[in-house]
Amino acid sequence: MSTSKVRWAAVTGHSLFWPVVALLALLTANTIYRPGFLSVEMKDGHLYGSLIDILRLAAPLILVGLGMTLVIATGGIDLSVGSMCAISGAIACLHISQQPDQNALGGVLVALALGVGLSLVLGAWNGALVSIIGIQPIIATLILMVAGRGLAQLITEGQIITINSEPYKAVGVGYLLTLPISIFIAVGVALVVAAVTRRTALGMIIESVGGNAEASRLAGIRSARITFLVYVISAVCAGIAGFMVTANVSSADGNAAGLWIELDAILAVVIGGTSLAGGRFSLGGTILGALLIQTLTTTVYAMNISPQTALLFKAVVVIAVCLIQAPAFRAKFARRGPAAPAAPLAADQPKEQVPA
Amino acid sequence: MLTMGKAITRRRAVAVLTATLLATGLAACGNSDTGETPADDGKLTLGFSQVGAESGWRTANTNSIKESAAAAGIELKFDDAQGKQENQITAIRNYIQQKVDVIAFSPVVESGWDTVLKEAKDAGIPVILTDRAVDSADKSLYKTFIGSDFVKEGKLSGEWLVNETKSATGTVNIVELQGTTGSAPANDRKKGFGEAIAANPNLKIIASQTGEFTRAGGKAVMEQFLKANPKIDVLFAHNDDMGLGALEAITAAGKVPGKDIKIITIDAVKDGMQALADGKFNFIAECSPLLGPQLMDLAKKVKAGETIPQRILTEETTFTPEQAKAALPNRKY
Repeated sequence: MSTSKVRWAAVTGHSLFWPVVALLALLTANTIYRPGFLSVEMKDGHLYGSLIDILRLAAPLILVGLGMTLVIATGGIDLSVGSMCAISGAIACLHISQQPDQNALGGVLVALALGVGLSLVLGAWNGALVSIIGIQPIIATLILMVAGRGLAQLITEGQIITINSEPYKAVGVGYLLTLPISIFIAVGVALVVAAVTRRTALGMIIESVGGNAEASRLAGIRSARITFLVYVISAVCAGIAGFMVTANVSSADGNAAGLWIELDAILAVVIGGTSLAGGRFSLGGTILGALLIQTLTTTVYAMNISPQTALLFKAVVVIAVCLIQAPAFRAKFARRGPAAPAAPLAADQPKEQVPA
Repeated sequence: MLTMGKAITRRRAVAVLTATLLATGLAACGNSDTGETPADDGKLTLGFSQVGAESGWRTANTNSIKESAAAAGIELKFDDAQGKQENQITAIRNYIQQKVDVIAFSPVVESGWDTVLKEAKDAGIPVILTDRAVDSADKSLYKTFIGSDFVKEGKLSGEWLVNETKSATGTVNIVELQGTTGSAPANDRKKGFGEAIAANPNLKIIASQTGEFTRAGGKAVMEQFLKANPKIDVLFAHNDDMGLGALEAITAAGKVPGKDIKIITIDAVKDGMQALADGKFNFIAECSPLLGPQLMDLAKKVKAGETIPQRILTEETTFTPEQAKAALPNRKY
């Protein structure tokens, strides 16, 4: 085999190769439909264009996806992130709406602190249910997924709280160095999470807990603490995403804010190559997955695909990406050569559930 | 052996705890009043299943129903379906089991109600539809439908536009923000608007997409509409909230809402009326949520066995910016 062939095989075999191809294919399709799709112009001192919209709207999903990646890496899942978005956004907007001067920076900072604080508490609740009491993650977080929406509506009293606060609005639609502030926040959080998990042993410990919590515990890792920690991180990420979602429209809607974002986040994690069984995880993959999902949504609007067929269109793209990404599927359709190595055996084996 | 016994007790404890927590979680989501069969004290019991609390409009609707039930001395069992048909069907079945006197509900979607309505009919409980219709072929499944005429709202919006643009010579490009796909207001408003503007061949809908009746949805869709279509003259949004979201997208695109792009919406909630008074919107067709008093009246008549019309309209009007300024101080929702 020549070196170029080996190199090509290394590129196509990379877990992120196919999501990248799908992303480029979507952008190409959009450009064919409307040649100006990729164009970006300066407007009011910042960049303006569909690509910028995708970045800005993907930011909350990236944040939620990052937290979800860590949770899934421990073999868990967090269904409550959408409700967390609604709760943190609601409490922040409620506080701002009660200020005499909504543009005062102090009031906005307190509002953000309130939102993050409440997220910490709710994350600790999820973490305690899973790591201390030992409830299955899908059930433990389902509680807040359902009850959390109610809580958000209690905070807003069922109304949509409209605010008029420039500093808060900046979180969702503000610009810094011509790019949306929200994407800076998302990338900043991503860098922090990457540094903490990849520059220290934490990432490996999380993977180890996801691989086998009991074996990790016997090896001297405090599995329960790690499990607790990832749910708190996930909640805080969701809380910050909630600020972006509500700041985007300068209003807190307890019912619609962050609705179904948990499913998009899980999808982003899966597209990014992280196994739902726990163990290895890829932060970069999740970010790419989030961008792909947002591009897909924006494509539906930009190409004006009728609402009746939009869901089917999304489903077909997602299924195609997931299938083509699976080595086993590709091996079946490889024209020649030996089948690609099967997926790591460990991921297929049923894991022992350990209640911390 | 000892450890195994311990493990089993622990597992059982976890299971019990899970079940308890799940039960509390589910109870919290239902908001449902699962009281006993109503005591026969002659007081009329009304089971009402609401769509959800997706907008200020809906909250005003809920409040109107709750307040007028209390005022009319009717015992109200209220359930919030959180936008899901399956929740609503469960709630209606609960009401049938509880043997309430009258069931009323605002259907989340138009189709799929025949079975549960048949169950209510067999149990001898009259059903009143409020605000949204169902597409059942068998009209005997419900007593009456009280609510707005969505087709008329769409038509009024379209007629205003036809009148506004009668002197226009070139093509008038319209973009449309639809409500939740498949919902009666989205289907009917689209239909009514389409019928009204058919009178003027210059009026052309160049893009139409769902904004899910939310501000965030309206904004995200409008952002792409603006980029894909350099010349947009009119925005028709199926509710105020999507229009309000679109406002931000229009401003961000460097255009002036109300002038560069004329905006027509439906509902007339407070924030929407404010935008209209400020000249950012141009026209709103009202869709009044305050149908509580009429509903209680109907429930009493149905219970007393009086015949009532199959279709009852809520009282509604339309607003221009001047009318909005006048009406705004007294706006309840």
